[in-house]
Amino acid sequence: MKTDIILAGVGGQGILTIAATIGMAAVNKNLYLKQSEVHGMSQRGGDVQSHLRISDTPIYSDLIPKGCADIILSVEPMEGMRYLSYLKQDGYLITNSVPFNNIPDYPEMDELMKVLESIPRKIILDADSIAKDTGNARASNIVMLGAAVPFLGMSLEDLEGGIKSLFGRKGEEIVELNIKALRAGYEFTKSKM
Amino acid sequence: MQKLLLLGDEAIAQGAIDGGISGFYAYPGTPSTEIMEYAQHSKEVKEKGIHAIWSANEKTAVESAIGMSYAGKRAMAQMKHVGLNVAADAFINASITGVNGGLIIVAADDPSMHSSQNEQDSRFYGDFALIPILEPCDQQEAYDMAYNGFELSEKFNVPVLLRLTTRLAHSRAGVSTYEKKEQLKGSLPKDPRQFVLLPSIARRNYKRLLEMQPAIIKDSEESKYNKYIDAPDKSLGIVACGIAYNYLMEIFNGNCTYPVVKISQYPIPEKHLRKLRNECSSILVLEDGYPFVERQLRGFFNEGIEIKGRLTGDLPRDGELNPNLVAKALGRELCEGQQTPEIVKMRPPSLCMGCGHRDVYNALNEALAEYGDGRVFSDIGCYTLGALPPFNAINSCVDMGASITMAIGAADAGLVPSVAVIGDSTFTHSGMTGLLDAVIKNSPIVVIISDNSTTGMTGGQESSAKGRIVDICKGIGVHPDHIRVINPLKKNHEENVAIIKEELAYNGLSVIIPQRECIQTAVRNKKAAKK
Repeated sequence: MKTDIILAGVGGQGILTIAATIGMAAVNKNLYLKQSEVHGMSQRGGDVQSHLRISDTPIYSDLIPKGCADIILSVEPMEGMRYLSYLKQDGYLITNSVPFNNIPDYPEMDELMKVLESIPRKIILDADSIAKDTGNARASNIVMLGAAVPFLGMSLEDLEGGIKSLFGRKGEEIVELNIKALRAGYEFTKSKM
Repeated sequence: MQKLLLLGDEAIAQGAIDGGISGFYAYPGTPSTEIMEYAQHSKEVKEKGIHAIWSANEKTAVESAIGMSYAGKRAMAQMKHVGLNVAADAFINASITGVNGGLIIVAADDPSMHSSQNEQDSRFYGDFALIPILEPCDQQEAYDMAYNGFELSEKFNVPVLLRLTTRLAHSRAGVSTYEKKEQLKGSLPKDPRQFVLLPSIARRNYKRLLEMQPAIIKDSEESKYNKYIDAPDKSLGIVACGIAYNYLMEIFNGNCTYPVVKISQYPIPEKHLRKLRNECSSILVLEDGYPFVERQLRGFFNEGIEIKGRLTGDLPRDGELNPNLVAKALGRELCEGQQTPEIVKMRPPSLCMGCGHRDVYNALNEALAEYGDGRVFSDIGCYTLGALPPFNAINSCVDMGASITMAIGAADAGLVPSVAVIGDSTFTHSGMTGLLDAVIKNSPIVVIISDNSTTGMTGGQESSAKGRIVDICKGIGVHPDHIRVINPLKKNHEENVAIIKEELAYNGLSVIIPQRECIQTAVRNKKAAKK
């Protein structure tokens, strides 16, 4: 198996937590992993992305070549589209529909959604509301991760293991809340397929 | 053997710890910061008493590392590429003094300027200093090079430059670790005058360095990091340096059909390159950064076989490499991606909501309105984002500390009042000496030291200036009546504007110190306190 994932969002939205959870799950399964991140100036409210590659054979490049990503997982609706040049023709865009508006010329929402809807293969969800419904409003990034699970080449149980490894030292309650968020995102995608 | 999941930066730190280091020295700078951060969070570092405290700047870091080497222990100084400019004096001379304990200087370059003001290539510094340069292609080599680098340094009695670029610094992968080496016990240099660079001694040391060069080149040729990988199609030979090797292997899925020379240790391995030149009808050079190897191969007259690279347009002259650029240079197109819709707008970084720098710029803009635009010199840090809308508040960002000294020069030229905006950490990094210049001539400038009590842009590291700025300014000789501490909050706006106006009207040196903790560290500290 080999899955190339572009993670997208705005600095501070928690895409590195998504990356770390997938990373933990991959390590637990003894898979190869490369994950490049953005540190420094762009983290201050700018667009950020992470290239995450998992495979059962050695991985060479830290960067995913353009046109080769299997999925784009975005925690913000405009940010996912920024990296469409990385997505292969039959790849999926999985994105949160809740905008993060910190720029003066952010597009009108209905126009943005129209463009988003025109993308052939996509999963769009309101991860913020789903997160709130699960009782953890701050876990929308984990909801998004859940929504991407069917495309990762790993099982829901693998990812739950990743959450346990990552959040374990924060206590059982935090682990449970995040697993609930993960499952809610997963169920959403399952219902669309 | 244990397998860890590490960033390139973290692999260097762990390699150094396992390789018997006694001291890390650094000033924060993207993409090098995580080396020191990893060391500071390492239990092992604490248990073994390894030094891991931030220095005031890169020059003091390298000098302290040279001092530790003098005392017979292994040391490392880490910095971003432009930090090596600050440390250049110490760095170049350390190749003349030589070492006692092994000494590794890490320079993390930032091609494509993700978080920097230029994309200079540190390999030129290593060449300039006539010392071995190591450039890892992946996280495992980053670990190995730090682990073995001290011995390389001790073997040739020179510092070693370890150069990496942003992608490797900030990319994570599995790393196998080796048996831990003990720290050295410490010993004085055998020759008590080795580190005394009086001309007579420096001339002798320099000759020793020159005489060592053939052995250093031979070591490169025999290095396990450098390889000649043969292949049937000799129409092209490829030189792949550092991380570029991975992009090449990505495209060929591990089996390149052309002969390849992989370079991860310099000086360039002449033996491998001569073979490539003799067997292939043209050469393509893949390197992240400047055309360092390409220029050496081409030579002044560029006679001989065709050499393709950044100088011929086969690869772009600037910016970092990636698999797509390498594929294009090889005439192999990768699959097409999808189109990015036009509706996607730029999202540049910006000052955090609630950040004190925002209030400083709002007050400064209002206070300066009567004097007109174009008189604010600034510096390197989060507050550089004041150049962007809605503030449009600053007119320069050149190098660490340049705000104060540029304001002095502009005032000398008649631009009065001139204003400098500098952060607390940048002030103690390189602003204090400039402030002394201003004191001595009583320059009619206003220096604003926007004090958020941390090194913010790199993620909130301990600032050497914390709690000391007023005393430092007094000590340097700024008149106490013109050292004004303000609290940059919205509710104090009118008062702050009035204070800035007063000092702008004063025909002499003023220092205004807006003090409010960085919003990021404040939130983090609050969380930590709760626990």
